[in-house]
Amino acid sequence: MDSPLLPEGVKRCSPAKFLFWTLPWFLLLAWGGLSAFLCLYKGLNQTNMSNIFAFALWIVFDLAIIALGAGAFFTGFLVYIVGKKELKNILNAAVIIGFICYSAAIVMLGIDIGQPLRGWFIFWHANIHSMLVEVSFCITAYLMVLGIEFIPNILENRKLAEIREFRLFGHSLHHIMGVFAATGVFLSFFHQGSLGGMFGVMYARPFAAREGFYIWPWTFFLFIYSSIAAGPCFTILCTKLTELITRKKLVPNNAVQTLAKISGWLLASYMVLKIIDTLGWIYGVVPRAGLTFMDFFREGPYGVWMMVAEIIVFGVLPAIMLLSPKARESEGLLIIACLLNCTGIVFNRFLFIVVTLAIPVMPFDRFWSYLPTWQEWGIAMAVVGYGFLLFSAAYRYLPVFPKERELNPVTE
Amino acid sequence: MTPLSFEWQWNVEYIIFFGLLYIALGVVSVGLVVVVIKTALQVFGFMRERHF
Amino acid sequence: MKKGSDQGKHKYGMVIDLDKCTGCGTCMIACASENNVSVRPDQSDKERAITWMCLYKITNGKEFPHTEVSYFPRPCMHCDNNPPCVSVCVATATKLDFNTGIVSQIYTRCIGCRYCQAACPYGSRYFNWWHAYFPKGKGLERYLTPEVSPRMRGVVEKCTFCHQRLMRAKNQAYAEGRRELEEGEYVTACAEACPAQAITFGDLNNHEHQVSKLSKHPYAFRLLERLGTQPKVYYMSSRDWVRRQAENLLPGEYKPVINKTWMEEEWSTRPGRDEF
Repeated sequence: MDSPLLPEGVKRCSPAKFLFWTLPWFLLLAWGGLSAFLCLYKGLNQTNMSNIFAFALWIVFDLAIIALGAGAFFTGFLVYIVGKKELKNILNAAVIIGFICYSAAIVMLGIDIGQPLRGWFIFWHANIHSMLVEVSFCITAYLMVLGIEFIPNILENRKLAEIREFRLFGHSLHHIMGVFAATGVFLSFFHQGSLGGMFGVMYARPFAAREGFYIWPWTFFLFIYSSIAAGPCFTILCTKLTELITRKKLVPNNAVQTLAKISGWLLASYMVLKIIDTLGWIYGVVPRAGLTFMDFFREGPYGVWMMVAEIIVFGVLPAIMLLSPKARESEGLLIIACLLNCTGIVFNRFLFIVVTLAIPVMPFDRFWSYLPTWQEWGIAMAVVGYGFLLFSAAYRYLPVFPKERELNPVTE
Repeated sequence: MTPLSFEWQWNVEYIIFFGLLYIALGVVSVGLVVVVIKTALQVFGFMRERHF
Repeated sequence: MKKGSDQGKHKYGMVIDLDKCTGCGTCMIACASENNVSVRPDQSDKERAITWMCLYKITNGKEFPHTEVSYFPRPCMHCDNNPPCVSVCVATATKLDFNTGIVSQIYTRCIGCRYCQAACPYGSRYFNWWHAYFPKGKGLERYLTPEVSPRMRGVVEKCTFCHQRLMRAKNQAYAEGRRELEEGEYVTACAEACPAQAITFGDLNNHEHQVSKLSKHPYAFRLLERLGTQPKVYYMSSRDWVRRQAENLLPGEYKPVINKTWMEEEWSTRPGRDEF
């Protein structure tokens, strides 16, 4: 039925099967749509956020997907600026994942603020000293760049490419993509950093506060570092998942190996810096605030184990796995390493957001608990649904993986 | 965001922050304009079509 | 923004004597009715109820008969040095006024991102999770202050040191041909209502004002002072265990106040003791 739209020379499932596959994702979207309606119409009392947990599940999700979406800008950087040509085979996928992550994050933020209609105040009445302003400007601008990077791939659709103007536009766009990629790198550098800066600058919250360089707390640099260490792994995970579901080899091994190796080196060096930062914090910021490290974990379910897990299990371990060529080349171990790495970054964001807010600063204050409502989960899960839908549609109708035809010759 | 908004101050911080932002946005828009012009020139035959 | 408000003419602040505070909660009620603070059908939902002035109960943790209780009335601290909430606000909706030292909140400018709540260590910022609500038919609407705008859903609000009272006092002074306010012309609702007169309000920059003298008392301290926020709300207590709870302290860091001072004829009895 939709065969004229499908890329040439590749095998795709029947439209009915595809429709069936999209059903669960549409259901997640519907759940999210209902939740969004309730949150916008009835207000944020639909969530379990409170004056203590001012940031909660949504901000964790936001920061996590923005960090995981960093594969887009970093792969673009490696292809266009460093010149790693083999990564071209995975670049389209990385861009689409980035586009999904960033667009979802912006929509989530729009629901998360109490007065969505005043969202433009962030830009118009910007307080340039606020890290969140820098984040907002840069993710919005970067989403535009991601859109531009996505366009040539969309215009490669078989039907669209038949239109000469579109084809020429796509080719011209592709020709100067390096310029856009470089701008994207610049913008990403600042918003990934400012997301970390957001927490490091909260100097009255000793759990998050960090010292730093000039106006940037160390978290600024660590968040950039961790996002480029985990982003490529998320790109690998997504392509591996696509390969698993489609039962095809889509990306040549050398591209995946290069990305995994770079990710490994970045993660290893990030872990060194993270450990130094943590020690500096434990022996610097924390005692200056009159606390000891263990004071943070007196109450509530969050314990030291989370930080140990973040650094050892989800940091050092995957770094070693990704750096060892033997482990990297084994598909199972590679996937486990990537999973651990991505979990680590989510843990890191969770600690900075939820645990920071959960720990009372005033000595006589108490611990409060927080569990998200189904409306909060609905919005978060809608992001997953949206991601699967957009990626599946892109895979079906666009030549996302340039080497797909070469790796899977159609025999009949 | 612009000198028209109430908070705008003519100081170094504002000039650096918005300067960098507008440079980035400027590069993106100039890039897009160049692409549109190139496409138009190719469509109307003033320029050779590029393939890669 | 980085500068403190010392250069400003006035620096309004308060001293709360915890030895006088009985924990009756009148300050909370006075504050809520003065500032049209919305209520909920279920006010026991403490995580979302709005209490610009919040009363914390602390105990010395000892067994009877040595148990002692004290209360910490906690308004906004109106931090004087780079308030944590001001620099983070995305839409410039909150500002430290250098002429009064008051940290203001512009409700119609706030977008409700709640970053300020995350940054504030005192928990003195409140988000409007619901539309403003005042029970009908119970007479509450008759007590609303016409000078204070009610807040819409989805914005953050906080103690303003009853800014409208400053405006009113200024207008009065201007009408009488004066440029300066007398001590006591501008006091917050909580200070005025406190039956134990535990709250003293005034200009910290004016050495004539009682609040300025009290803030230099050896028993005076501030909440979480070492974080560097420089609150303009001071507390006073002659009890060591109370003073100790205002700050996170490492073992051995606490220095009890042992000197008798020029203020000892004030309400305190023996200095440096741990119990009544």
